[in-house]
This record gives sequence, structure tokens and C-alpha cells, in this order.
Amino acid sequence: MADFKEVPADAPMAQKVTVWFENRFPTAFAEYKKHLSEYYAPKNFNWWYFFGSLALLVLVIQIVTGIFLVMHYKPDAALAFASVEYIMRDVPWGWLVRYMHSTGASAFFIVVYMHMFRGMLYGSYRKPRELVWIFGCAIFLCLMGEAFFGYLLPWGQMSYWGAQVIVNLFAAVPFVGEDLALLIRGDYVVSDATLNRFFSFHVIAIPLVLIGLVVAHLLALHDVGSNNPDGVEIKARKDAQGRPLDGIPFHPYYTVHDIVGVSVFLLVFSAIVFFAPELGGYFLEFNNFIPADPLKTPAHIAPVWYFTPFYSMLRATTDPMVNVLVVIVALGAVLAVLRGGVSAAAKVAILVGALVAVALLKTFDAKFWGVVVMGGAVIILFFLPWLDRSPVKSIRYRPGWHLWLYTVFVVVFLILGYLGIKPPSDIFTLMAQAGTLFYFAFFLLMPWWSRIGEFKAVPDRVVFHAH
Amino acid sequence: MTAASTSEAASIVDVDPSDPSRRTWIAITCGAGAVGGLATAVPFVSSFAPSERAKAAGAPVQVDISALKAGEKLTVEWRGKPVWIIRRTPEQLASLDKTEAQVADPTSQRNQYPTPAYAKNKHRSIKPELFVGVGICSHLGCSPVDKFQTGAQPSLPDDWQGGFLCPCHGSTFDFAGRVFKNKPAPDNLEVPPHMYLSDTVLLIGEDKKA
Repeated sequence: MADFKEVPADAPMAQKVTVWFENRFPTAFAEYKKHLSEYYAPKNFNWWYFFGSLALLVLVIQIVTGIFLVMHYKPDAALAFASVEYIMRDVPWGWLVRYMHSTGASAFFIVVYMHMFRGMLYGSYRKPRELVWIFGCAIFLCLMGEAFFGYLLPWGQMSYWGAQVIVNLFAAVPFVGEDLALLIRGDYVVSDATLNRFFSFHVIAIPLVLIGLVVAHLLALHDVGSNNPDGVEIKARKDAQGRPLDGIPFHPYYTVHDIVGVSVFLLVFSAIVFFAPELGGYFLEFNNFIPADPLKTPAHIAPVWYFTPFYSMLRATTDPMVNVLVVIVALGAVLAVLRGGVSAAAKVAILVGALVAVALLKTFDAKFWGVVVMGGAVIILFFLPWLDRSPVKSIRYRPGWHLWLYTVFVVVFLILGYLGIKPPSDIFTLMAQAGTLFYFAFFLLMPWWSRIGEFKAVPDRVVFHAH
Repeated sequence: MTAASTSEAASIVDVDPSDPSRRTWIAITCGAGAVGGLATAVPFVSSFAPSERAKAAGAPVQVDISALKAGEKLTVEWRGKPVWIIRRTPEQLASLDKTEAQVADPTSQRNQYPTPAYAKNKHRSIKPELFVGVGICSHLGCSPVDKFQTGAQPSLPDDWQGGFLCPCHGSTFDFAGRVFKNKPAPDNLEVPPHMYLSDTVLLIGEDKKA
């Protein structure tokens, strides 16, 4: 325990109060220094770095608006839809709270997608920040769960049939699938029991895990220190007091700096909340203004926009696509045996592994592999720190075509997202299949392509132009 | 911590850092605790399963089909699912011959949703003209929509003979609920257990002879 501090009798009142608390709760003061006033962040952050703070802001918006929504919402299949309309029409300012919450859900994903892409551009997941990235991916998974569980609560047509489709995904798992789906629904169809448990997950279980992961994400980040657009380790060069030469205290420098980001964000956020809360059916789907009807599927159902890239990959996995995967697995195994510098035992292992993979691909339904592909598209992100073998972190010092590849990746991801909103058609399915193959090739071939090309010299200090 | 207690702690460490017999008991206690913890998880996980009330809700449904005309469809709810009753026209029945080669499982041999023996035929029904099926796609559980009109139309092949289209992922079914080949849905539409109490009264959910 720290020594008890004494204050001179004639010290100002403010100082006396501060020291009184410091003597009784020194942790608060130590943590304030560690995470804010003496947390040294690189001075060359650009606008991409707003999104981390904004994600925290949106989390607070969602929690606060969520608390108020729960005061009026009824998690009962017979009352849920009407209680949401009651919030919209009869609760004073209820419409605002509800629109903030529904817009906040989409805003959360926009901010988090940008935040993740920032990490990819500047290699923020590379050593020693692997755990920061993994906690982040876990947060993304939780967020998807939170969004999915929350979407059932208004008990509209899209809520109902969306949940029906996603829960049935689990039924595709061989052998235990049907029982698993039954256990998730708690009934033979999506029903009142399902609504009640989804409510429980949405308002307490997942948020608790989410907040825990956010704390872990930040603690791990503050232990290893923030990366920056140059991918230079600022801790490598310190001044006489042990402070990084290129670092500035997070408070007040970045707290004030982030006010700009927050202002711009709130400007856009408010514009949507007040003028276009449905955003043309993308943030709130029109079919969800019809109460859930278990006997009638809407003519066209699609998930909310933030799930559609992954949903496209699910739909793309048809029988012909599984055949393509079989050919790819076989080709990969043959290439590895012919070219790879591995031992004979390893070659046999590769061949056996490929044979097993092909057998499994042909044994189980394409429906199951669709689920595997969709889940794999998210899970593969966890492995990014070990897939990227580039000698430099930041895209600034990587070969020019790497940036183009990242651009194509974003375009493909957006196209997959667009296709997921549209009804299925032959040409769209073909496009989604090509996009799915590109998405996985981008990650699975990264250990090779990320090393190819001419890399630029990384400077010793961050590039910073004072203004 | 005072100076006295610090030196006391140090002397205990000097004597013996580990007490093997105590360690064994601690390990056994932890093991027993883990078993108890796991056992406690069982009721919590079990509470996810359908409740007794949900299980009891699956009673059979009786339907009067006397007003159902040829080419019409009636939808009733059984166990929360839509059950379709369709009185097929002779042309619609004839279309089943043309689709025979295009469907994945023409004789309903797959067992994911076992087809009752009395419906394991081309028209998948007890009475040829009357189809009784669960209107839930075997892919991901959407309810397919009627596409009784024949011929080319959006999302359907040009030689469409009439049947059903699942709006979610594009699976198509013929007038006997048989799924077409190379579609996301692996199985034909489920035929629920059913029987005729009389010419005009159908019982869905039970097929034992009363």
C-alpha cells in the first residue's frame, strides 16, 4: 500500500479533498494515469483512429437507450409487436429512444467494420498485438450475436423469419443438428419461448460478455501500446523519463482530438435518426412493420445489411460450389505433394487429409457446408496475425499492388453484401460464388502473397507534420 | 502488512513450501467441486429444452375440406407450422410425370423427414388429388410461396410446370412437394401423419386407425 499522504493545514480545499480520496482509493488515481493522462499514444494518428473511440461511444448509446427501451417493452409473443408500437406512439419521446437504438445497431457495425479495416491496413494485429486483435474479433462475434438476438424482439415478419432461418442453420449440423435447433428455440418452431430467451441473451448475457471483452481489448492494447499508420514501434525510442519520443498523452491530446470525430459522427447519426430512421429499408426493414405470422413467409426475406456479406456466402454454397471446393482441395493437395519442400510423411498426411476432406464434402449436404463457409468467414479473421507474413506492418511501406488487393477485397465484400440483400438468381449466385472464393483465397493465400513484392524502408520515427 | 507478520510468513516458507498431504486433499476437493459444478450445469442446459407445455401443444388438428375446390389451397396451423391441403387439378397431377426426371428424390426415399408409407408414391398423398404437406422448406425453414402459374417467370425455369418457390434461397418444388435437383433444399416437403375421418374431414397429426 502506498504511504499515507499528509496535506499542509493551509492547503486549498480542492487539494485536501483530492488527497483524502487518493489515500483511500489510490487505484482510481493510478489507473487514470495509466490509461489516460500517462498513456502515450503515437502522435501521427489519422482519421482512421476515430473509429475505436466511436465504437465505445456507440456501445454507451446502445446500453443507455436499451435500458430505457426495456422499461416499456414486453418480451411476450402476444404483446411484443404492440409494445414496440406503443413505445413509438404513446411513450413520450419513445420514438427517439427506439430510433437511436435501431440506428445505433447499424452505426455499431459501420464503425466496427471501419475499425477492423484500419487494423488490416496498418498491420495493427501483428506482434505483439495479436491478443488485442483476437479480443476484437471476439467482440465482433458477440456483436453479431447481440444484433441477431435483438432483431427478434420487435416480433415482426422479418424478426420471425430471420430467426427461423438462422436457427435452422444449426439444424444443418450433422447428427446433432435437429436437437441443437430444438434446444435453441425451446420449441418446435420459433415461438414465445424463443422470444423470451432471446430477450434474456440480448439484454443481459451477451452485453455482460461484450463489456468484459471490451475491457480486455483495452487493457491488452494499453499494455502493448497503440500501433500507428507507419507501423513503427514508438516504444523503441524513449526520452530520459522513459516516455516514447513519438508519443503524446492520450488525455488531453486525443480526448480533445476525438471530439472532432464524435461531432462528425453525431451529425450523421442525428441526421439519420431524425430524417431517415429506416434508411430506405436498410436500417429497419419494411417487412418488419408487419406482425410475425408463422404461416406466411414474406415474399423476399433478407437479413439486415451488416450480415449480408456472410449471408451471400451461405447462399453461394450449393452443390456445384461444393464440387468446386472438392477440386480446389484436390489441386491444393497435389500441388503440395509435387512442389512443397516437406517430408514424405508430411506428404502422406496431406494426401490423407485431402481425401478425408473430399469424402466429408461429398458426404454431408451442401446446406451444412454453407453454414461452415459462413462461420469460417468470420472465424478466419481470428487467424489474421499468423496469416500475414509481410516483413512490414503498414500498407504505407508495402508494395503498391498490396493496396490494390485490399481495395479489391473491400469491393468484393461490398458486392457480397449487395448480393445478400437481393433475391437469388443464377447470375447473382455465380457472382457470390466467385466472391466467396476470392474472400477465402485472400486470407488462405496470404502467407504467400503477403511476402511477394518490393517493400519500402520503414523509417525509425513516425512521419508527422505539425500543422 | 507489519514487519512482524512479514518475517513470520518468511519462516513458514523456510520450513516447507509444500505440504504434500494437504495438496492431495486440495486436489481431491477441487475435483469434487468440478464434478458438482458440472452437475449444476445440467439443469440449466436442460431448461433450454421445450417445456412440458410446448410438448403438449402438438395435438392433432381436424379440418373440414368439403369447400376446397380443384386448384385451391387451404392452410391450417399444426404444431405452429403451416400445413397445406391442396386439391390438385388433373393437369397439375399430370405435371408430376414431367417433373419426375427433374426432382432430386422422386420416390421419397430420404429419411431426414420420413415420408409416411401411404404417401411414398408419385403424388405423395393418400388420395391422388389431395396433397397434404408441411409448408416449410427443408433448407432453412421458410414457407415456400405458390407458383401455380405454368411457364417462364422470374426466379423460375422456362419450362415451369407449376409448384412452389421458396423466396429465401430459391428452392423449387413440384405439385407433390418434391424438391428439384441442385437446389439448396435437400429434402422434399414433409408430409405430416394424417388420415381421413370421412370423405370431407381430415385429421392432421395422427394416422393410427381409430
